[in-house]
Amino acid sequence: MANSTAVSVDGLRVRRGARVVLRDVSFEVPRGSVTGLLGPSGCGKTTLMRSVVGVQIVEGGTVTVLGEPAGSPRLRDKIGYATQNPSVYADLTVSESLRYFASILRAPAGDVARVIDEVGLGTHADHIVGELSGGQLSRASLAVALLGRPELLVLDEPTVGLDPLLREELWMLFRKLADRGVTLLVSSHVMDEAARCERLLLMREGRILADDTPAALRTATGADDLEQAFLQLVRQQETLA
Amino acid sequence: MNVTFALATARRILTQLRHDHRTVAMMVLVPSLLLVLLRFVFNTEQAFSAAAPALLAVFPFAIMFIVTSITTLRERTTATLERLMTMPIGKFDLLFGYAIAFGVVAILQVLVATVLSLTLLGLEIGGSVWLLMLIAVLDALLGTALGLFASAFARTEFQAVQFMPAIVMPQVLLCGLFAPRDSMTPVLEWLSNVMPLSYAVDALESVTRSNELDGVLARNLVIVAGSGVLALILGAATLRRRTP
Repeated sequence: MANSTAVSVDGLRVRRGARVVLRDVSFEVPRGSVTGLLGPSGCGKTTLMRSVVGVQIVEGGTVTVLGEPAGSPRLRDKIGYATQNPSVYADLTVSESLRYFASILRAPAGDVARVIDEVGLGTHADHIVGELSGGQLSRASLAVALLGRPELLVLDEPTVGLDPLLREELWMLFRKLADRGVTLLVSSHVMDEAARCERLLLMREGRILADDTPAALRTATGADDLEQAFLQLVRQQETLA
Repeated sequence: MNVTFALATARRILTQLRHDHRTVAMMVLVPSLLLVLLRFVFNTEQAFSAAAPALLAVFPFAIMFIVTSITTLRERTTATLERLMTMPIGKFDLLFGYAIAFGVVAILQVLVATVLSLTLLGLEIGGSVWLLMLIAVLDALLGTALGLFASAFARTEFQAVQFMPAIVMPQVLLCGLFAPRDSMTPVLEWLSNVMPLSYAVDALESVTRSNELDGVLARNLVIVAGSGVLALILGAATLRRRTP
């Protein structure tokens, strides 16, 4: 069980200030899968991801990652995390920024060139990060998460602001990584990206609305596309409440 | 404490500075230009020699404080700190990386200011030039450490900039530059006694006066260095892996 589960969240409750951001969230993410975390802006996706990488103060519940409690020191070179706002040093070049993170992760020397290539920034390796376009910037930030040999990738809205071609390439990269056994938890607020995930977690107002495969969600709600399925689920929940 | 991580961090910060020529030029030259200005304000070498040692402590201290607090605040507000906190680097590795990088800049800054004061501006010192520089560098490092600590209490760069007058200026006013410390009213003298900059200024003044390395000078050096280490430890306590 522990071997087939990468992330296990049980009864997670997070309060930020006066607001309860996550209420009794429970789910599991199987190893070597791409799991999509979808929901409207402000529904708690980022807080949930911060809890998984272990930088969020939580009020209750447990988060277990790769068999260890979230945030434990042994996980620190096994998780690749890309924050929603690109977190790379704006006043360094792409490769300088990556070299720094690579030395902190004790990643092999060739890793910087590899990840630059994987995110398609080869022609911009020597450009100052602050002068990149929005899409290039978020790819530079994503590249940091790919350094070393992460077993789990937690990517907060990695495809925002990218053109369809690049988005396609990144999703192919995610797929390839998952086939290699890497587990990916990817958030998005664009429903058409959901179809590319093996599993979906639909969130709304700090709760998990649904946890299933895209096909099962469509069948269960009788909706043609996932956007409709999401709306259907929201309506169902409201009639229950 | 991991030396590799600290050195990698120092190298990263120095590379960031290298891309920012104007900041480097200002960090290295502004204290020297202020000393030149002061030399002409006093208009005699004697009067300049009396005030310059204190200012060799004050200028690098103030500049390193402000530069460090802004740089660290930027690390906190852009998500790079959050990202680093998910990685194997420890808080002290990061802070020592900052101290090493800004220590290198401080050495350069103090070197230029001291050489200029001793040559063109006619500063006369009775003691060792090396000791003078050591004290000035320790003092700049104290500014760095306090800047790291203060940045934890600023949410915006506007606030961080204002910690300069709030934390640095009282120390400058009470360090003995404007009035001898022992002639102040008891409350102010007590305040002056708990402010680390006072000891840096005392140490620099005794180095300028005589060649003697006495117990008071040694004690003053220990106080300046100890305050720097204390500020770094307090700074580490404000870096959290988990945040609300």
